[in-house]
Amino acid sequence: MEWNWAFAFAILPRLLEGAKITIVATFLGFLIAIVIGLAIALGRRSQQAWIARSVGLCADFIRGTPLLVQLYVLFFVLPNIGIVLSPLTAGVIGLGLHNATYIAEVYRAGIESISRGQWEASKACNLSIGQTWRHIIIPQAIPPMVPALANYLIAMFKETPLLSAITVYEIMGEALGAASRTYQYLEPVTMVGGFFLIISLVCAYLARVLEERVRIYQ
Amino acid sequence: MVESLSLILRGLQTTVSLTIFSLTLALVVSFLAGLGRLSKNSAVRAAAIAYIEFFRGTSLFVQLFWAFYVLPFMGVELSPMQAAVLALGFNYGAYGAEVVRASINAIGRDQWEGCVALNLNYFQRLRHVIIPQAIVIMLPPFGNLAVTLLKSTAIASLIALPDLTYQAQLVRNQTGQTLLPFAIIMIIYFAISTFLKSGIQLAERRLGADRTQPARSA
Repeated sequence: MEWNWAFAFAILPRLLEGAKITIVATFLGFLIAIVIGLAIALGRRSQQAWIARSVGLCADFIRGTPLLVQLYVLFFVLPNIGIVLSPLTAGVIGLGLHNATYIAEVYRAGIESISRGQWEASKACNLSIGQTWRHIIIPQAIPPMVPALANYLIAMFKETPLLSAITVYEIMGEALGAASRTYQYLEPVTMVGGFFLIISLVCAYLARVLEERVRIYQ
Repeated sequence: MVESLSLILRGLQTTVSLTIFSLTLALVVSFLAGLGRLSKNSAVRAAAIAYIEFFRGTSLFVQLFWAFYVLPFMGVELSPMQAAVLALGFNYGAYGAEVVRASINAIGRDQWEGCVALNLNYFQRLRHVIIPQAIVIMLPPFGNLAVTLLKSTAIASLIALPDLTYQAQLVRNQTGQTLLPFAIIMIIYFAISTFLKSGIQLAERRLGADRTQPARSA
């Protein structure tokens, strides 16, 4: 089969529109993931055993089930109880919530990497819990987390095509739309692949630079 | 209700076979590409790197649609199951290759030198000395990949493979019920991923028990 350049150029503007949605969805999803991830990580450390256990169970359940099914639940089941979300909202929440459970583990590892001595020294210096977190624990815990968080951002970016399943017109949705109108799949799907490949390679390079930076900082 | 359940159970069969086939393909490809990545032959190394970067960089979702919709135009007609096994196997094989490479690199030089001293050839070295030690390191990341792969099988429903997710959608369309089918399949997915995880943990304990962890020199 022949690659049709005219067709490829014809669909390019719509794919670029879709690419914008893809990028917006990735960043909004990431924002939700880092906030909810923190809530999960703190919930799991709670002194109240029942809070720690139920947060842990919920997180494990979300992590053990497919993102696609979670998107369907947000999009098809929630309207039954009166919560109607737009496709993009449902997609961003689903993407963020699913990855929050992974990012919570990044926080956990970061917090646990701080030795007991730091906590004990803070107590000896008569710092309050808030001061200990703010001045001692968090500044030390964040740098090692940065590369891991960057990796999740890249992973989420590659998961966004799933949103087309709940009719979000991100780049894959636009491509499949164009393909089903014309029965020409080669150009749109290949172009989406090229888009992801280029951005992933650039991001992988940036992540490596970031990792070097963090190592020097430490 | 009974009819819905039997539809979903039929989907379970498909999901389980898809998971087993793609896990097997991914495992084989992981070792081939991971060892290729460590080869002394620069052409083999370049091919392995190109494969790994390509499949990690272009989203799994795009690969699946490419295998199913574009390959037929090139004369390769694949059933949904074949397309899904290929896409999942090669995508996770690329991630697995990095696990294989990192684990083999974690085995100290002294082990390789010991093999040279014993006059073992390349395959004997891998088979009797390196891989038995590296496998203990590989198991936890392979376990995580296996669970992620299981969850990713859900996207095969989008190319009309009648797996759990597809059957749940079918039940939703036939009965208008939304919560029930999705709740059932989420519990099933969660059960399978818990089963996979505990299987890997058991293997870790078995293998770790009679083999001391190789010293990881910093």
